[in-house]
Amino acid sequence: MLASAWQYIVEHPDRFGAALWRHISLSVAALLIATAIAIPLGIWLARRARVALFAINAANVGRTLPSLAVLALMMPLLGTGFTPALFALTLLALPPILINTYAAVRQVDPDVIDAARGMGMTQREITRGIVVPLAVPVIAAGVRIAAIQVISGAVLAAYIGGGGLGDFITAGIAMMQISLLLVGAIPATLLAIGTDLLFGRVQRALTPRGVG
Amino acid sequence: MIKLKGLVKQFAGAPRPAVDHLDLDVAAGEVCVLIGPSGCGKTTTMRMVNRLIEPTSGTIEVNGHDVTHMNPVELRRGIGYVIQQVGLFPHMTIAANIATVPHLLGWDETKVARRIDELLQLIGMEPESFRDRYPRELSGGQRQRIGVARALAADPPVLLMDEPFGAIDPINRARVQDEFLKIQRQLKKTVVFVTHDIDEAIKMGDRIALLRDGRLVQQAPPAEMLARPANGFVEDFVGADRALKRLSLITCVSLANPGSVVGAPEVSADTSARDGLAVMLESGARAINLAGGGVVRLEDFFARTG
Repeated sequence: MLASAWQYIVEHPDRFGAALWRHISLSVAALLIATAIAIPLGIWLARRARVALFAINAANVGRTLPSLAVLALMMPLLGTGFTPALFALTLLALPPILINTYAAVRQVDPDVIDAARGMGMTQREITRGIVVPLAVPVIAAGVRIAAIQVISGAVLAAYIGGGGLGDFITAGIAMMQISLLLVGAIPATLLAIGTDLLFGRVQRALTPRGVG
Repeated sequence: MIKLKGLVKQFAGAPRPAVDHLDLDVAAGEVCVLIGPSGCGKTTTMRMVNRLIEPTSGTIEVNGHDVTHMNPVELRRGIGYVIQQVGLFPHMTIAANIATVPHLLGWDETKVARRIDELLQLIGMEPESFRDRYPRELSGGQRQRIGVARALAADPPVLLMDEPFGAIDPINRARVQDEFLKIQRQLKKTVVFVTHDIDEAIKMGDRIALLRDGRLVQQAPPAEMLARPANGFVEDFVGADRALKRLSLITCVSLANPGSVVGAPEVSADTSARDGLAVMLESGARAINLAGGGVVRLEDFFARTG
């Protein structure tokens, strides 16, 4: 079975390569957009208790939604293809990054902030020089969770015509062809594991010395 | 140097003002200790000086300038700030922590580096071995000394210290206090020092301002406050042992007369009168001899405390 899956890849390098590329580009784009939105939003929310309560609760609800449901909900709104899949995956990636960023900023020692203010650092200098470096390890952990969720969720993009490795899986199921299913499933799994390892390293690299 | 006039801070929703028409002058080069029971407004008062808290009414002058008309960020860069929890930046080296304000002021790197080493030497920490370490690698006492060095970095004329030695164990606290006094004698900063510990106030203060419910109860040099408490509240606050506390402010040599008493214990001349009395009581003698000549008799102690 594995052998025939491998054979399929060797015989259809273009088709496999395109699906793999679509899978990765979809995931990376979703993660980048989500990061660009959720990190600034999380930092902003950390200083606004009332709005934050609402936003963090919403994010927590968002976190419990099944990936497939989010993707399915996009169809009536945006139709099928790359864009709705990207949109859905971005939505999936937002909550963990937002929640971690918010928590990371909130856990920065208030005495450290007080000392910084008392010495005449501006709000901007405090955010950039103190809060963000101290929050980065926890924010990176959120991005790591989001990345794995997106890479895994991207498998389901096939259901709304988003393409990617999920195409092989849905086709494999439809045709009762396990080897075709594996052409999608095994690389998708390896991608998820690789992503986890990669972001684990990034997380360690971003943790400032003297912390953690 | 620092002039508070009719200073009021009313926090929203509080039944009474935290600081209530407070007038206080701190002369250049003196350590003014703000003390009082918790909630007396001492920290609030201090935090209004560098505008971490905005006053409701009244004026604050620092070096002749009304601080409410100054840019708060610039104001704070010119005032050293030390807090109990130190608030060192954990992700920065000791050197980078000390360099905070010089960097904000845009000093060039060679000047900053020279200043870091100078300050580490001042606080008795070897620059080579501490410069590149991180706060978590230091003991509580060492961290607090770095906190003081950081506040002194840009050589501000004024220091605000909020219970700076409150979180250190008693033995190290005494050492850090002594060190700070030594540095202060050298640098002559104008210091507002908040504490709730009367012994610390007596030791550190050139003057003590005792606050209660946001109002000034008494303002006097330590010896005077101990000798002539303004009312029952001050008397209670300074404690029943104020006679002993007064002795702690003077040395044995200041009480000494010529001569010596055979069989009396000997102490060094700069022993505090309080410790001298303790040695005398312990030995059962009625006098102590001073190394290098002179004697303090029991009645000499009474002359100071009676």
